[in-house]
Amino acid sequence: MTLWWLGDVALLVVVLPVVVYLLRGVLEVARSIVPSVQAIAAVAARGSKDLDAAALLVTTQDQATQTIAGVANYGGSLDVILDDAG
Amino acid sequence: MVPVLAFAAVGAVMILAVVLIVAALVYYLVSVILALRAITVGLDEVIGGVSEIVEKSAPVNGIVTTINQQLDAGVDALEGLLVKKAGMADAVGLVEGLYAGAAASGFRNFPESTAVTAPRIAEVYTKGTLTLARLGREAPIAAANPAGPVLRNTEAGSLAARRLYPEIRQTHPQSLPRSPVIGTDAPVQYEQRDDIGAPRKRMPSR
Repeated sequence: MTLWWLGDVALLVVVLPVVVYLLRGVLEVARSIVPSVQAIAAVAARGSKDLDAAALLVTTQDQATQTIAGVANYGGSLDVILDDAG
Repeated sequence: MVPVLAFAAVGAVMILAVVLIVAALVYYLVSVILALRAITVGLDEVIGGVSEIVEKSAPVNGIVTTINQQLDAGVDALEGLLVKKAGMADAVGLVEGLYAGAAASGFRNFPESTAVTAPRIAEVYTKGTLTLARLGREAPIAAANPAGPVLRNTEAGSLAARRLYPEIRQTHPQSLPRSPVIGTDAPVQYEQRDDIGAPRKRMPSR
């Protein structure tokens, strides 16, 4: 009979607090991750939005190509018009 | 009767303890599950954003590389044309006149250009700029701010404008070519003309 009572006391005084302590630690860690993940998600969304203008690089490439072609044409004309040095 | 009640009390207490433990397990594990679900939702958003970043930035490398290659080709062509038409010295001087200090870097395709002493190319300034410089106002070479004070003496100062021209006398160098010495003790004697000092030839009579 005494052993049964000791078992009950051990359950209530030792096992239950240990279980509660461990589970509470796990819960706190899990809850602390949530704000970090939400912040990372917001940063990723803003980063993605910042790259919306990256598509315009195709236009920039075309304009750079046309500009270089125009410069090359001017250079060719100048090469014909102007005399060489020396 | 008493032992039966004692066993019943012990059992009741044990059942209560087990119920409390199970209740704690349920509460905290359910809370952990909810937190993990929130984390999963957040990570899904992160993955979506990162995927968009990857998709949007995928062509950037190739496009920037192509643009740089085209600009390199343009720079090479313009440098070659400039050196071909102006000569190495004047080309370096022109670049130095436009971008102060650029002559030290030289041209990319002409390593020997770094050894060229850049001459002062005054032609990069137009007449209008020089006129404004002489007036002392509203010229980039004379005033820092058109609304600000004059940077040079507009009545007597002309060094700023004269410095735009090739360096000969305006900064008073220590050694200049000496003026030629004339006279009987001159180091260089020229042959004396016979007709100097002789009677004037008479014009033939008509």
